[in-house]
Amino acid sequence: MRFELMYESFFKIIEGIPLTLQVVSISTVLGLALAIIVALMRISGRKSMSIPAYYFVYLIRGTPLLLQLYFVYYGLGQFSFIRESILWPILKEPYWCGIITLTISTGAYSSEIIRGGILSVSKNFIEASGALGLNKIKTFLLITLPITVRQALPAYGNELILMVKASSLISIITLMEITGIARTIISKTYAPVEIFLVAGSIYLIINFIIVLAVGLAEQKLGTVKAN
Amino acid sequence: MFEVFSFGSSGWGDEMLMGALMTVLVSASSLLLGILIGIIFAACKLSNIFILKIIANTYTTIIRGIPELLVIYLLFFGGSGAVMYIAKIFGYDGYIELNAFTIGTIAVGAISGAYSTEVIRGAVNSVHKGQFEAGKTLGLNGYGLYGSVIFPQVARIALPGIGNVWQITLKDTALISVTGLVEIMRQSRIAAGSTHEPFIFYTAAIILYLVITRLSNILFDKAENTYSKGFVSKGVP
Repeated sequence: MRFELMYESFFKIIEGIPLTLQVVSISTVLGLALAIIVALMRISGRKSMSIPAYYFVYLIRGTPLLLQLYFVYYGLGQFSFIRESILWPILKEPYWCGIITLTISTGAYSSEIIRGGILSVSKNFIEASGALGLNKIKTFLLITLPITVRQALPAYGNELILMVKASSLISIITLMEITGIARTIISKTYAPVEIFLVAGSIYLIINFIIVLAVGLAEQKLGTVKAN
Repeated sequence: MFEVFSFGSSGWGDEMLMGALMTVLVSASSLLLGILIGIIFAACKLSNIFILKIIANTYTTIIRGIPELLVIYLLFFGGSGAVMYIAKIFGYDGYIELNAFTIGTIAVGAISGAYSTEVIRGAVNSVHKGQFEAGKTLGLNGYGLYGSVIFPQVARIALPGIGNVWQITLKDTALISVTGLVEIMRQSRIAAGSTHEPFIFYTAAIILYLVITRLSNILFDKAENTYSKGFVSKGVP
């Protein structure tokens, strides 16, 4: 064990934390918005909405994230109409390609969590709210949504951890976040175990903080019985 | 447009299919290794021995909290070294290099093992207590109890969970393309690089993954039906 090296590389690797957190938080927020839209499309009861949403989720969940990343980063750039479009300044940046891919991915996975949360809201609540004279939109915002948040929170916490882990893939498209820096040091020093321990602990700490935060949020919001 | 997928030396059709075969092979061997690891660590978690519980919990926490890519880098850069170190203890002093398939299987197997551990632990826990008691009453213990009474039931309950682990494992094998194993992901990268048609080859890769997912879903559904014969409804102990 080369502790000197571990100590030195620790300070190099923590420089990657801001990028990891930045990419994760931007794509989590955008992905949540996408997830809500997809979840609502799936339970809308209209086939023209629910079928595209179903296949979108199927496509994303059935293929590896790395492939989606390559598809967005290398695949789309092949076409000259994309290279000439106004989107190109965004699509040529690995940073934005990473965020787009992670957003789409978490959007698909979270939409299932949210759908499950919405479906778990008891019909009695909806009926009661109707009896109180609330309209559909108010019922959704005041009754369904708060209960959904509470129901979906534990599963969404898992999704957040998966996002932190998934963000390591953007190192493959040249972004120097935690894993990217770790990989560079490994290939320079050939000390895989030491660097793995350092980078791995950083990820474990980030994920531990997420688990604690989600746990606190759960406690604060309380739990709702499904029926 | 589709002539790039022709078979033989002029197109990439056969290479892509070989890549798909490699993906299935490495996924299957990783899943099997993972189930083996899962059985061992689930037994550790369910045992009453404190140190075994700690080891098993540390393993699942680390694997589930650390990016898969880091685990793959660890084994890719450190795997041969570790094997040579162990070989040295046994008196072999030569150079050993693990091939990409072995490293990939060990890496993805170790990842999928953590998920399998939880699936198997949950399945053992959901076997009704009466089954253990009845087995003991019949004078069975150890292998007799677990092998002929508990295991068949665990296998049935764990099957849907193992199906999920299979999907995760299948997708994780895409990551070992970074180590040079020529599976779907690597093959489509090579083809995309040499033909300058990334879009078409990554689309082909997406379709190949979806086809494998679809076929394996059908297979797992069939297996579930076979193993659930004689069970009218769920939840009856």
